[in-house]
Amino acid sequence: MNSRAIVIRVFIVLTVLILSVRLFYIQVADEQYKKAAEANIVHEIIEYPYRGHIYDRHKNLLVYNEPVFDLLILPREVNLEDSVNIKEILSISQEQFDRGYEKAKGFAKHLPSVFLEKIPKDEFAVIQDQLVNLKGFSIQPRTIRGYEFPLMSSVLGYVAEISRGQLARDTTRYYKSGDEIGINGIERQYENQLRGKRGKSFQTVNVQGMVMGKFGDGEYDSLPVPGEDIQLTIDLELQQYAEQLMKGKIGSLVAIEPSTGEILAFVSSPSYDPSLLRGRDYSKNYSVIQSDSLKPLFNRPLQAMYPPGSMFKTIQSLVAMQEKKLGPAEKIYCEGNLIGDLAPIGEYDVKKAITYSSNNFFYKVFRRIIQQGFDDNSYIDSRIGFEIWRNHLLNFGLGIKLGIDLPNENSGFVPSLATYDRVYGNNRWRFSNIYSLSIGQGEILVTPLQMANLGAILANRGYFITPHFLKNVEGDSSLVPREKRQVGIDQAYFPYVIDGMEQVVSMGSGLRAYIPDIAICGKTSTVQNPHGADHSGFMGFAPKENPKIAVAVYVENAGWGGRAAGSTASLVIEKYIRGNITRTWVEDYVLKGNFGDEKRASIESN
Amino acid sequence: MRNAQASNQIDWLTVMLYFILVFAGWLTIYAADYEPEAGSTIFSFTQSSGKQLVWIFTSIILIVFIFVIDYRFYESLAYVFYAIAFLFLIFVLFFGREVAGSTSWFEIGSLRIQPSEFAKISTALGLAKYFGAGHRKTSSHRDLLIAGLLFMIPLGLIVVQGDAGTAMVYLSFLLVLYREGLPPLLVVSGFGMILIFLLTLLVNQWILIIGIIVLTLVLGGIFGRTVRRALVIGVAAVVTISVVVSVDFILTDVLKPHQQKRVLLLVNPNADPLGVGWNTTQSKIAIGSGGFAGKGYLNGTQTKFDFVPEQTTDFVFCTIGEEHGWLGSVLLLVIYGFLLIRISVIAERQKSDFVRVYAYSVLSILFFHFAINISMTIGLFPVIGIPLPFISYGGSSLWTFTILLFILLKLDSHRMEILHRW
Repeated sequence: MNSRAIVIRVFIVLTVLILSVRLFYIQVADEQYKKAAEANIVHEIIEYPYRGHIYDRHKNLLVYNEPVFDLLILPREVNLEDSVNIKEILSISQEQFDRGYEKAKGFAKHLPSVFLEKIPKDEFAVIQDQLVNLKGFSIQPRTIRGYEFPLMSSVLGYVAEISRGQLARDTTRYYKSGDEIGINGIERQYENQLRGKRGKSFQTVNVQGMVMGKFGDGEYDSLPVPGEDIQLTIDLELQQYAEQLMKGKIGSLVAIEPSTGEILAFVSSPSYDPSLLRGRDYSKNYSVIQSDSLKPLFNRPLQAMYPPGSMFKTIQSLVAMQEKKLGPAEKIYCEGNLIGDLAPIGEYDVKKAITYSSNNFFYKVFRRIIQQGFDDNSYIDSRIGFEIWRNHLLNFGLGIKLGIDLPNENSGFVPSLATYDRVYGNNRWRFSNIYSLSIGQGEILVTPLQMANLGAILANRGYFITPHFLKNVEGDSSLVPREKRQVGIDQAYFPYVIDGMEQVVSMGSGLRAYIPDIAICGKTSTVQNPHGADHSGFMGFAPKENPKIAVAVYVENAGWGGRAAGSTASLVIEKYIRGNITRTWVEDYVLKGNFGDEKRASIESN
Repeated sequence: MRNAQASNQIDWLTVMLYFILVFAGWLTIYAADYEPEAGSTIFSFTQSSGKQLVWIFTSIILIVFIFVIDYRFYESLAYVFYAIAFLFLIFVLFFGREVAGSTSWFEIGSLRIQPSEFAKISTALGLAKYFGAGHRKTSSHRDLLIAGLLFMIPLGLIVVQGDAGTAMVYLSFLLVLYREGLPPLLVVSGFGMILIFLLTLLVNQWILIIGIIVLTLVLGGIFGRTVRRALVIGVAAVVTISVVVSVDFILTDVLKPHQQKRVLLLVNPNADPLGVGWNTTQSKIAIGSGGFAGKGYLNGTQTKFDFVPEQTTDFVFCTIGEEHGWLGSVLLLVIYGFLLIRISVIAERQKSDFVRVYAYSVLSILFFHFAINISMTIGLFPVIGIPLPFISYGGSSLWTFTILLFILLKLDSHRMEILHRW
């Protein structure tokens, strides 16, 4: 046979062999092609769960999910000759249309992408019918937060797209770019409960990304788990009333149920409508709210710090009695010459001193606490006494975060030895340097929440339960704090202080808060303010026996504590206990808010 | 008596191999386009498989025709066929329809005919006729020149049409010349030169230059035993590299960008539509994901979901690789190898030079298509866009390969009579 024919046959066999070996290499030996094939066709689709609803203590709906609509564009199918029509239906400009169209086209011509985001349902209803005629546009429903009432923004917080920074800090790696997340308030605190769990489904797609079917018959798919509903301790009706009262004022109002620590009302004023911070206008509204000079985003009950003022005298009395430096019925004669005072000269016991808010009495009492005679050196003696006193304050929840279930709580400030050492030098200060503390002025700072909690401590005669908003998560209240936190004062000392507080309202500086048939025990504060008119403060509880509500109110620059704050607090108490208001003149007085200052006038003009 | 026996000597083995391949192709075309939701069957005319069935039936009619016609007809009219093909190749340049940058189609109604496909047959016949005239010697420069021109003319015309891939197929006739005595060095260098010229139009020049250097070293190692041979190989390498560089220089530096684009588009409209190596990558992914035993018939995903371009035509092998794995692929290769060797056996048993040369032409064309097509799907050769004979979808290609093969079988069945004629 022809030798060249043999060469040709060998050549054919060789070719078949080479191709077979090469095929073996890519088909059997090398795994990368199998993975690449899967990556080609498998497309993960995330199914978002419904976020949990939020209710008040009586199961009134506060926050829900509202449908909005994303308008999707499929650039390949859009008829550009329609653009006039499109613009008219969607009421957008040519420029907007071009920008959206080009962006979508740049993304992918044959895949739908978002053209208009989060169209509210009322606007959508208008365009819905006409959309049928527009080729290349489709609708994708999604939800944003809906609010039944324009209230409680400082409690609820808001939900928005996760920021790059948050994404980087997310160690759970749950979130993905573009996800919504609770940014503040309850939405952030209970994000894990509210958000639910994303579902995933895997689909096979063709080269253009068009879905061709389920991958692996759906065996890898998971359904979204809806978020859990949360019931708050807030009393909607009381909250509404409190917000109404605080309108046009700068300040805080916190009402707590003493026996449980449940927060009944929580107002930071000025505030904003929570529905501003959602949907497509979020960014625009956020920058307006953020740049407001009155700082509506500042959560005053948690974050504002004031000297406690005269409210603090309740703590001073209890600490002095507990330290056996003051007998419950001991009378001290006060000449009124140690410190400025509005109380008349005369003999005072605890009850009377609280009633008339005697500064000189508490000056003397505080001196007894600080200088207990542990050491002959008055400087060293003061240090020992101060440390004892300070520890009592910490027990009262001052200078620490109470642990409320809301982000960004402020601890307030209780000065320490180091504070004064820094100012005066070690062993270079004693009682005479710190006597302002005796009447709640000076370096000490508290938050309105801490003062409301003080009201609860007094109402409970010696303990508190961490103030909280959570009533239950889907009926489960295991996350709710229940522990009684004792403040370390014998229950026996409380009645003397409480009797004094009752008289504050019935015959002292809190007279405007007086309600004949509801025994309110309270204490006013007129907090000196270096920047302007005094802040008006009131802390108290009611009724005296079996207390149902403890309240603290601060109204900035509103002068005497008995006026603005006391009146407001008494209205909230009456509303909660009785359900209606009998003293309409007090209500009018508060609503009119004419407490006489310039700053408030500027609020109204806004 | 002897004649009657001879006329019944149809090579049934080849016929069987042919039908196995065509049937496998038909099933594969259905799988490559398969849409489970569409509910269309392998017979429905909206599918490529349904249309392919039409091409298969018409091919059978063609086979009958070929066997009915007198066997002498093919040799007598070989030059006439060649002339007609030549004219068609010219006409198509002027009256052809431009499809994706190449003008290689006639359109008559809904029918599209590609003369460059059928010209393979007439070139094979023409070349066979030339050698069949007797006393041709590949050592004679004149004979060699004429034989070369016979396939270089259609090759040139097809390049001008803008279908470098099909043109390259005509290089396979060099294998025929090798069988007829052309020195191997001449075959290799001739094949190499023209191949490289065409590849320059398709592939990055640096890849080519590196390839040439590697090839030179390999050839030098094998053949460069004498100084003279080594010199020849060296010179050949330098010459080829200069061809590459000069073609590339003309393309990239002399021509303006829009002219470049036009030239490149003309030469190879589909080489790389989505970026570097998309076709090859996806094709390798499809085949590679098949594994040892494959995903099973109709269970492939890569070709079905269009990741592989041209999945029923040039890349039809991907579906076989994906759905039938290494086993299926190698089975196909073996069947093909078997067919090719069978054709060589048929060729060698011919007493007539005409039939033998024609047989080797058929073998060369099929072998070239087979080797290059599968190589390009598994990344051993650049994507040049030629079909896999008998398997790929398409009427022109199936008809061409059917006619090529069955003319041979017809001639073979009369091999004893042909002997008598001479």
